[in-house]
This record gives sequence, structure tokens and C-alpha cells, in this order.
Amino acid sequence: MAAYLLRRLIQAALILLGVSFITFFLLYVLPADPVRQIAGRSATAETVQNIREQLGLDQPFIVQYGRYLAGLVQGDMGRSYLQKTEVAELVWSRLPATLLLMLGAILCELVLGLTMGIVAALWRGKAVDQVLMITSFVTVSAPQFVVSLLLLYIFAVKLGWFPIGGYGTFSHLVLPAITLGILGSGWYSRMMRSSMIDVLRADYIRTARAKGLTRARIVLRHALPNAILPVIAMIGIDIGIFMGGIVVVESVFGWPGIGQLAWQAIQRVDIPIIMGVTLVSAFAIVLGNLLADLIAPLIDPRIKLR
Amino acid sequence: MKKLLASTAIMLALGLPAVAQDYTPDPAATAGGTITVTYKDDVATLDPAIGYDWQNWSMIKSLFDGLMDYTPGTTELRPGLAESYEISPDGLVYTFKLRAGVKFHNGREMTAEDVKYSLDRVTNPATQSPGAGFFGAIAGFDAAGEGGLSGVEVVDPLTVKITLSRPDATFLHVMALNFASVVPKEAVDAAGDDFGKQPVGTGAFKLAEWTLGQRLVFEKNADYWRAGVPFLDSVVFEVGQEPVVALLRLQNGEVDVPGDGIPPAKFMEVMADPAQAERVVQGGQLHTGYITLNVTLPPFDKLEVRKAVNMAINKERITQIINGRAVPATQPLPPSMPGYTEGYAGYPYDVEGAKALLAEAGLADGFETELYVMNTDPNPRIAQAIQQDLAAIGITANIQNLAQANVIEAGGAGTAPMIWSGGMAWIADFPDASNFYGPILGCAGAVEGGWNWSKFCDEALDAKAVEADSTFDPAMAADRLKMWSDVYMGVMEQAPWVPVFNEERYTMKSERMGGEDALYVDPVSIPVNYDYVWVKQ
Repeated sequence: MAAYLLRRLIQAALILLGVSFITFFLLYVLPADPVRQIAGRSATAETVQNIREQLGLDQPFIVQYGRYLAGLVQGDMGRSYLQKTEVAELVWSRLPATLLLMLGAILCELVLGLTMGIVAALWRGKAVDQVLMITSFVTVSAPQFVVSLLLLYIFAVKLGWFPIGGYGTFSHLVLPAITLGILGSGWYSRMMRSSMIDVLRADYIRTARAKGLTRARIVLRHALPNAILPVIAMIGIDIGIFMGGIVVVESVFGWPGIGQLAWQAIQRVDIPIIMGVTLVSAFAIVLGNLLADLIAPLIDPRIKLR
Repeated sequence: MKKLLASTAIMLALGLPAVAQDYTPDPAATAGGTITVTYKDDVATLDPAIGYDWQNWSMIKSLFDGLMDYTPGTTELRPGLAESYEISPDGLVYTFKLRAGVKFHNGREMTAEDVKYSLDRVTNPATQSPGAGFFGAIAGFDAAGEGGLSGVEVVDPLTVKITLSRPDATFLHVMALNFASVVPKEAVDAAGDDFGKQPVGTGAFKLAEWTLGQRLVFEKNADYWRAGVPFLDSVVFEVGQEPVVALLRLQNGEVDVPGDGIPPAKFMEVMADPAQAERVVQGGQLHTGYITLNVTLPPFDKLEVRKAVNMAINKERITQIINGRAVPATQPLPPSMPGYTEGYAGYPYDVEGAKALLAEAGLADGFETELYVMNTDPNPRIAQAIQQDLAAIGITANIQNLAQANVIEAGGAGTAPMIWSGGMAWIADFPDASNFYGPILGCAGAVEGGWNWSKFCDEALDAKAVEADSTFDPAMAADRLKMWSDVYMGVMEQAPWVPVFNEERYTMKSERMGGEDALYVDPVSIPVNYDYVWVKQ
């Protein structure tokens, strides 16, 4: 176990190093000059050059990257070029909101997706199965912006059940979490359906039926725990997919998470912020996958960590 | 000294730039109340030396003051922290007398030392101020650094003398820019690089709360030196709000002013409803949207080609694309800017004439080129309209739809044959004709990385521009404006730009907002002048 964990942590560190290198390199070759953005329209060539030197942007790529890594190791993610604020402070101030939203959304995804998947599997080939599968297809392909605005319009503006965007209380969380939950639930329902169908065909289910157990007991006690395994691995992957959707949903609902921060930074070529957000997202994905792998054996003892 | 005083008197009487002495706020205005303003993006910084976007520009105006200021709702200069000023006969020395008893938000009294410190700070390259270039006329600017500006001198605690290296007719406007705001040294030193998050000024409001990514709260400065203002107890800025959502919240009575304006997709709907349209205030703004034609790249190095492109563009139709929220432009200056050439019709929309000009240039079959455009709505749609107009005279323009930063880079490098300026179009920093020339049409901007994307450089026009800006004598005000008018007509003769439209401003407000309309389309405080608006209880 300890050896496994150590190996995985080394792997994770290498992945993060790779991500940081690729992102830094892409931003380095990007045909847009951050110094120009900082210096403004009335700057003289000397001012531009001066700022370039102060930020060390006149140095070769390897020196710049080396400096960034050296700072990172000491916990320094740099300072935003345009806001002149510590990147770590900007990211930390927004991380709790994103984590909360992610948690709520994954919960919605699981509840919606698993229910749909189980129901579809149990009534396989019937009308309800077809309707659910079409629904799941629609949800994964629906534009996030449209769904967000639609829910906001119906439940906040027309019905007045929830606040129109914002952050702070549980009722603020409901709509954005449900939006992300609906949009992501399609993947889970499809995965759960096929996994459940496989399990329901297995010999031990037939045995359970032969013993005369109730259908509810067979599904909940015997089929579900086995069918759910691939879904757990999927949550880890899902965190990665989430990062894309979160940018849009956070913007529409005025949710102060890192998605918004990233979008604003990209518009302004604020490289330290883009780097910081990318690394934090990559870290979340790596951590999500690791946790999924660690939890799997707890549910299915046949899985051994090697 | 007598001579100096006399010249001040003339200066005030003739007014160049126009100087208004007082302003009477709305007599019906009542004090108290809180308003909510929304924005999509978080506020970048409130450091007056660094902040340079429309969102923080007006916020900084409410937190800080400079020596000069503008009469609310107008482009007329009025004294700010300076009670009065004198200008030497040669126009090189400005002596500002400061108001006594003005206090910073930290309670300390503001002095001439603070004025010097603030100007030294903004021009020190270490500050990385995007506004440093505006102060180029102050003596010692080229050597600015830790030692400060040699041209700024503290005479006594309430007098500061600024010496220029050349006469500059726009200098008082420069002293009204946010970049010239007076800041207290001890607060800047204490906050270090975080001063933009912990601003301390002398303004009508002080920052009470800033929750990153969520909200900022401005609280009334009870000790404000200008009697009677501000009217509001506080202003709450909620950030991270999509404009469409902000509008829904306004309709629901939760928001007073959507800072990003009415979203284009909802504009017609709002204006079609009389109850809502009534709460929309319209005003001109000092804005020009244009297409740059790179005069260094063939075939745009031929005057006929540039003229042909000017004649091919249907400006009326492009104006319709943005729901008519603009007027077609004829020249670089917008109509509300002093120096605008009245009666000049610009190049006519004439497809046949354009074709004839192309044929004259030996390009009867047209040519292929690239049009760079920023990828946010409505710019790609405008670019498509331009593309169609050009196709009608045989020019194939391939659209390069890029992020803002990439367009700026291509423009600066001089690799873009044509750029639609939308999203980055020129909006005046201060209301003076000169502000539309230097960086975007003058030789100084036509360098690698400069903002003159046409790479247009005419030494004779440049000389005339310098002459106009050296004409500081108020008696020559009309001549100066004529000079500027001539400069821009000279530019149009050589057609490095296609001026397309001058945007109009539309500010929407809630029912409870009070104050004259001009405060809601204030040329220097966008979206509203926070210091003077008020709420009906």
C-alpha cells in the first residue's frame, strides 16, 4: 500500500511537472505580448522594454521556466501582471466556491445519473429505457449556457424559488449545481445502464433470484455494489470534464469560482494567473483519479492495489 | 507675479480648456441609501497609477482626486484638489495652490509633498504605470526614477510648481487623469504591491470591503472636502454577473445599474417596452470604431486602394448590426469632440466609384487580403459585413478571428493588412482632439509594437500636431482647434483608416435612481458618476 501510494505520488508530481512545462511553453510561444497589455497604449518603447526586464520576460525560455519552478517549489505562484496581486491569494479566495459547486454538482450527477441508469437497465428495451437514453443524450450535448439561462429564467425569475445568481447560501447553490448535474448525468446514466445490464446477467444474480430474494434486495444488495465500480473511476475523470463546464456555469450564475478567474486571465494574457489556475485544475484531476483508485478496493475487496 | 495672475484671469475667462468654476447639484437630491452596480469581470486594481479600464476608471474617480477634475456630466475642466492655479506667460510653469484641510481616508491632511510623491510614483518606471507616457511634458520625465521628477517642486505645504519641458495645451487635462491622483506615501508603502487592493485617497468614497471575485463596497467619506456630496451612503459592486442575468435582476428590482450595459441580444426587447425604455439614458461618447489599412503592405501602399476601401464600406448597415447604437463616422474624431470638422461628409458609399479606383490602381480584378478582428460579439458579425462589402468590389478579405491580445500583437508587429478595431476601438482618455492622434495615427505609434496599426506616418502632419499642442495660449483656442481639424483632414486625404462609426452610450437604471440624465452618460465616469447620483427613498 505504502509503496503503491509513493509510486502514485511520484507519478502525480511528474504529471504536474509535465502540465506546467507544456502550459508555460504554450504561453511562451503565444503570439500575444503580456508586456504590451501592461504598458498600455501611451507607453514608449523604453517603458515597454523596462517592464519586460523587470518581469524577466527578456530572459530565454528555460531561465523563465526555471525561475517559475523555483518559486513554485517555495509555494510562490507569482504575482498577477495586471492586478499586481499574489496568484495564490486570488486562487485561494475562489477555490472554496468552486469546490462547493463541484461537490454539489457531482452529488446531483450521481443521484440523477445512477437512478436513470438503474431504471433503464431494469426495464431494458422498454419505452422508459429508450426515453431515458434519449434524455441522457440530450443532456450531455446541450449547450451549458442555454441550460443555465433556462433554469435561471424558469426557477429564479418566473417562479422566484431561488435567487437570481449569487453566492452565499444553500439556495444559491441549488440551480448551478443542478445545471451541472443535469449536464453531466447523461454519462453516468449510460455507464450505469451498461454496467448494470452486465451484472444482472451474472450467475450470482441468477442464484440470488433462485433463492427467492425480493427484486429490491437483489438490485440494491447484490447488483448495485458491483455495477457501481466503473462509475467510481469515472468521478475522477469527471473532475477534468467539469473544469470546462464550470467556466460557463460560474459566469451565468455569478458564482465566484476559479473558472471565472481563468476566463478573465485568458482575455488579458495574465500569464501567472493562467499558470496558477491550470496547475490547480491539474492537481484536482490527479487527486481525483488517485482517490477514485484508492476507494475502489474499499467497495470491492477483489481489487488489490499494486 | 502680477503678470502671472493676469494670465490666470485670461485663462479662466476665455477658457482653454474650458474651465467651469462651480456646479450646482440637483436641488431635489436627498442624501442616503445604497445602490447596487453589477459587472461581469472582477475589478483588476484600484491603484490609480495602474488601473486603466472602463470598470475601474470611474471607481478610481470616486476614491481619489487629482489637482484637476471635470464638471459632472460634462467634459469641462474644473479645479479639484487645486483651489486655483497660475500659468506662466511662456506656458511652461504651472503653479497650483492646494485646498487646505483636505484629508486622506486615513485621516492625514493632504499636502504638496503628496502631490509630488504621486507624480514621481506614476512616472517611475518601477511602478509600471500604463499612464506614465501622459506626463512626458513634465521636465525631467526622461530621467524619472527613484529620484523623482525634477520638474515638480514643493514650494510650501500648499503650493506645488510644475515645470514643463515644452508647452502643452493638454496639460490641465493630464492633471485630471486618474493617473495624476494624489495618494499618501505611507499608505502605499504599507500596502506595497497590494495598494490596488487597499486604496487610500481623498475621494468621495472609501473602500469598505472587497471580497475577491464577489463584491466591493464603497462607503461614503463623511469628511469629503466637497460639501454636500456624495449623496449615497454606499455603493455595492457585485462582480461576476453575466450581463443578461444582471438585466433580469434589474427587472426584478435587485440591481440599480448594470455596469456592462444592456446586452446586445436584449437591446431591442428593452427599447420596445416603454416602461423600460424610459429608464434608459442615451448619450454620445468620445469613441471611434475604425478599420486600419496597413500602408506599408501592398496593395494598401496605394492611395487609390485605400480610398476604394473607404468607399466600399456601407457604414449605415454596420451601424444596424449593433442595433443602431452608433452613428456612422466620417473622420477620426467623434462629433462631440472639439476640433471635429463640421460639414465634412467623408468618403461616400459608392461601389462603382470604388471599383473604378481599384481599376485605376491596376487591380480591376481585385485582390486577396486578411481582416483581423477580435473574437467577441458583435465584432465577428461586423467583420462579416465588411467582408461582404469588400467582396462587392472584388476584394477577398479572409477573416482572422482572434483573441484581443493576438490582434494587438499582429497590429503592433505590422503583419495585419486590415484590422477592425472593435472591442479595442479608440475612446478618448481626455476630451481633447490631440488624444486621437499620437499613439494611433502619429509616427511615434507607427513602430514595432506600437498602437498605430496602419503604420501611417506623415512627418508634416506630425509637425502640425506638435504645433497645435504647443499652442497653449487661450487666445489662440480657435486656431488650435482649426489646426487639429486640418491634421485630421490631412489624415483623411491619405485614408489610412476607414472611420466606421461613433458609438453611443446607453445606461439603464432602476426606478429609484435620481439625478439628471447627464450623470448617467458622464463622459469620464462610466457607467455613472457615483459621487452625484442619488436614490429616491
